[in-house]
Amino acid sequence: MAEYSAFSLLKNALTGNKDWKPAWRKPDPKASYDVIVIGGGGHGLSTAYYLAKEHGITNVAVLEKGWLGSGNVGRNTTAVRSNYLLPQNTRFYEHSMKLWENLSHDLNYNVMFSQRGCLNLAHTPAQLDDYARRGNAMRHLGVDAELWSVDRIKRLVPALDVSGSARFPVLGGLMQPRAGTARHDAVAWGYARGADRRGVDIVENCEVTGFLRDGGRITGVSTTRGEIRAKKVALAVAGSTGQVMQLAGISHMPIESHVLQAFVSESLKPIVDTVLTFGMGHFYISQSDKGGLVYGGDLDGYNSYAQRGSLPVVDEVMSEMLALFPGLARVRMLRSWGGLCDMTMDGSPIITTGPLPGMYLNCGWCYGGFKATPASGWCFAYTIAKDEPHEFNAPFTLDRFYRGLIIDDKGQGANPRLH
Amino acid sequence: MLITCPYCGPRDVIEFTYQGDGNRERPQPASQNLDAWNAYVYDRLNPAGDHNEIWQHSGGCRAHLRVVRNTITHEILSTEFARGGHKSTDSRAEGRS
Repeated sequence: MAEYSAFSLLKNALTGNKDWKPAWRKPDPKASYDVIVIGGGGHGLSTAYYLAKEHGITNVAVLEKGWLGSGNVGRNTTAVRSNYLLPQNTRFYEHSMKLWENLSHDLNYNVMFSQRGCLNLAHTPAQLDDYARRGNAMRHLGVDAELWSVDRIKRLVPALDVSGSARFPVLGGLMQPRAGTARHDAVAWGYARGADRRGVDIVENCEVTGFLRDGGRITGVSTTRGEIRAKKVALAVAGSTGQVMQLAGISHMPIESHVLQAFVSESLKPIVDTVLTFGMGHFYISQSDKGGLVYGGDLDGYNSYAQRGSLPVVDEVMSEMLALFPGLARVRMLRSWGGLCDMTMDGSPIITTGPLPGMYLNCGWCYGGFKATPASGWCFAYTIAKDEPHEFNAPFTLDRFYRGLIIDDKGQGANPRLH
Repeated sequence: MLITCPYCGPRDVIEFTYQGDGNRERPQPASQNLDAWNAYVYDRLNPAGDHNEIWQHSGGCRAHLRVVRNTITHEILSTEFARGGHKSTDSRAEGRS
């Protein structure tokens, strides 16, 4: 029987809620494992979960330097979508979308996945043409996409300024109805519990300080809690990828770490019941179930390992919000924070074997990692278990830059701050 | 964040455009060394700590600057004219500057 059910809720309510088990244990690390996953964020935890569930590999440790889910899985703006142009991205993110659609049931944990749609606003005729092209590319691969008129957008989001006198008048939009949001912490906790119950050790406060080698092969890690050996060592450390790779002796990567800020306002009555993106800048907004507006904008724009941002970007994001919603001018911002984004040179991720023998690499999520969480772990687990990529992540190699096989959805070139 | 431009003095970061890693070495234009081009275009040092980087004072005197900045604290340790922009492996070009 499922651990969380109406019956277990009732039973525990009647017995004073004293019998709930912690969602995951706090084990000490063992001397060796079949697989070590470095990084206890969304991607690391989902990797461990699918290793156990899909491939029967349960002698696994997830090593997290802080507490579980303290990084980007708890810092994102929770949007889930698969509205990409290029087929490599579309196939991968659509696989993720399908996993999202069954995730609460699969995990027996309510991740509050809400398919409220994602609407990209167009402000010029050329942009609308571009959205039609992207929508057609999506539909060609079986993904839902609709080109929306201004009237329809006005009915969905009445608070939006769609008048001709708006700073950037809205001409239409591209809607993906199956897109939406999920409760990001629940995703981390659900995957953690699912992995833990299948035998995976989740070891928190355990920072990797070096790699153990036998010849050229990676055979384990040294950590702040001692040496741990493993047949396979998998990295899922997002913004810290450069730092961890340097511990392995690889000084240069096609990655820059940047800071991305996110914001939440005071609670309001329902005003935006979709995920809305601005087309004349970088701005996106949704509303949480508590009523807070959750929104974000562009990167601060220079290399940073500080999990906080600077004021010019705060100013820019607020200006963009007011360009869309003049009526929100007096809403107060409650909190802002920053997360480290591992920006690649083409804006697409890396999920691959290597680059060293015994090592597996998952990184380069730019600022789109949250929606990828299920497929990232699913594909990475496949790659670790089979020693070869699944067809969904086969294009996301590390050597694609050298080989000229870049996957640049925005067509920005090798300038990470623009992806 | 304030960047001290050698021409204009301390100015707000919004006047500047970030041009990235200043450690990269641009091969000579005629070079057919793929490894060197790949390293120049795609590979980054990405340190957590002091970072040698190029900025342009695009909202001011438009000079290109070489800035050493800490990527954890955002403290700026030095600023100077970048001269040749990214480091060049062409010794003749360095001789001309």
